[in-house]
Amino acid sequence: MCCASTVERSPTIAKLKIEDLDRIAQEVKQVIHLRDGRARARVVVHMGTCGIAAGAQAVLTALKDAVNDRQLTDVLVTTSSCAGLCSREPMITVQLPDRPAVKYADMTAEKAARVLEEHVIGGKIVQEYVLAVGSERVM
Amino acid sequence: MAHCSHVMVCTCTTCISHGALKVKNALERELAQRNLHNDICVAQTGGTGLCVNGPILVVQPDGVFYRQVRESHVPTLVTEHFVGGRPLADILFVPKDEKVQIPSLRDIPFFKDQRLIALRNRGLIDPDSIDEYIANDGYKAIAKALTSMTPQAVIDEITKAGLRGRGGAGFPTGRKWSLCRTCVLKRRAEQPETPCYIICNADEGDPGAFMDRSILEADPHSVIEGMLIGAYAMGGTHGYIYVRTEYPLAIRHMQRAIECARQYGLLGKDILGSGFSFDLTVFEGAGAFVCGEETSLIHSIEGLPPEPTQKPPFPAESGLWKSPTNINNVETWANVAPIINWGAAWFREIGTETSPGTKVFSIAGNINNSGLVEVPMGITLHEMIYKIGGGIPNGKKLKAIQTGGPSGGVIPASLLHLPVDYERLKEAGAIMGSGGMIVMDEDTCMVDVAKYFLEFTADESCGKCSSCREGSQALLEILEKICRGEGEMSDLDLLQEISEAVKDASMCGLGQTLPNPVLSSLNYFRDEYIEHIKNKRCPGGICRITA
Repeated sequence: MCCASTVERSPTIAKLKIEDLDRIAQEVKQVIHLRDGRARARVVVHMGTCGIAAGAQAVLTALKDAVNDRQLTDVLVTTSSCAGLCSREPMITVQLPDRPAVKYADMTAEKAARVLEEHVIGGKIVQEYVLAVGSERVM
Repeated sequence: MAHCSHVMVCTCTTCISHGALKVKNALERELAQRNLHNDICVAQTGGTGLCVNGPILVVQPDGVFYRQVRESHVPTLVTEHFVGGRPLADILFVPKDEKVQIPSLRDIPFFKDQRLIALRNRGLIDPDSIDEYIANDGYKAIAKALTSMTPQAVIDEITKAGLRGRGGAGFPTGRKWSLCRTCVLKRRAEQPETPCYIICNADEGDPGAFMDRSILEADPHSVIEGMLIGAYAMGGTHGYIYVRTEYPLAIRHMQRAIECARQYGLLGKDILGSGFSFDLTVFEGAGAFVCGEETSLIHSIEGLPPEPTQKPPFPAESGLWKSPTNINNVETWANVAPIINWGAAWFREIGTETSPGTKVFSIAGNINNSGLVEVPMGITLHEMIYKIGGGIPNGKKLKAIQTGGPSGGVIPASLLHLPVDYERLKEAGAIMGSGGMIVMDEDTCMVDVAKYFLEFTADESCGKCSSCREGSQALLEILEKICRGEGEMSDLDLLQEISEAVKDASMCGLGQTLPNPVLSSLNYFRDEYIEHIKNKRCPGGICRITA
């Protein structure tokens, strides 16, 4: 089984040396900050046990379906863990290049599809669903 | 050194023509002059799409957007924003059609007062991606330890940091490691092949507690890295992560993380070309509460009935398969790598003198924002409940907080000024515990709460010590009797007496602490017991008084 690498790399994974750590970090940061222009947005679905229990799987499926239907090859849909505020799950985070991350709370499949349409594609934050902008820490 | 904030200066053609490079240079000069260049990183980025208003500056993680920044703004910007923490209104970017101000995450009370160390990567990285962990200073600490620190230096750093066991008891981690290392060296002097086992206790059993689960789900590599550092320091040869089987997602993430770490050679033989070898196995526990106790946990891995054994000998001396063994809780392990990366002095600046660092709590019950929070030690319970927790729903009044699960106690609303700190909570008759915090409003019956926890512990007692086995049953019967309205005043003394006997005579932590919910509720809410007994009335309206 291959590791879930953020950065695509040759299938044979060699044992790391210490200097490899920095190289991987740089490669990942490029992608995550969407700085290399390969992707226009990154959408993170928070999928801890709490998120899944609140319906995060349906949100993830809706986002993936919408991205596939519209052939948005430059939108990364990925998962992460609980963002801490379990009572407001499912939550998603939308990251556009060089913009502060935006967190949405109490998501459903329909709401997530609207966020994709209006925010990810249209560039306009969906005020009704938004929890906050910014993140707790910088990558 | 991790940066606290990043300033992204847009250096697209448009912004450069507006003078972005001058602004960037001025910013770097100003930060260096004020010695802030290690905290604040200036980065160049590409077009933001708003560059007609350039130069554009974005400050992360605050998410503050500045436009038309001039060189002359820079000194004020640094003073106001980076030193003073107030965004500079003059040059703030306000989109025309966005009339409603969207709050910044840092302005939301739930997030504002949190300080993330153990949960540093929560919600930020994909837990299945080892690369994303590495991109966040991951495996840097083990690299540092392997290349520039002796095992003893690692232990000294952890000792200096004052890290205490986050599982609940708060035993100093450095001392635990030191003890284990001494035993390993002693045994290896006679038998060089003596194994040493490093265990992560993820047998989180307190009702309402989910800190460890969240850490394993969010950031499994942080635990692996902590254990690697511990293994290097103590001479560990193999490790176990003891997770209860009720945590399927945590187990899946952890197994995947171990697999990825092995592929990268971060587990296995000759890690990072250093000659140091260590590997890990996930062990699924069947969910017995007593397995959170060190010796029971060890017996469970050995395939024996999970019953505690008398200490000493401590696991450091004779643990898993009679070899030197060190056990730490998930959250303790997750704290190790940041301490090695940034040093003991950095860690000690957070928290209190006797309880440095942060503590993760799961807040549940009658509270608006239930969830997982990591706060600096020393924060008051009031701040936890009303600022971070957002208060009590439906305008109800707070009655009490229960910390530490079945081993802990209740803290009445009148003691909300208490700081969260191992000693202070103990003085109040509760314990820090592993971090479960159950908030109870005025409609709660405190006798019922004590009964609930006793039902749990009476069921979970392994039965080895009669004081625990019979004592918990006897306490439960009396509590049930009081709840039915059949109690007598003499029962209160009996509760007290049995509680003390169970505490004194039981061998392990389960028995020694199971009377705490009874004793603390008797202490702070005696009137509620009396109300049940004398007036046959349940003040919370919970108990069905049949007498």
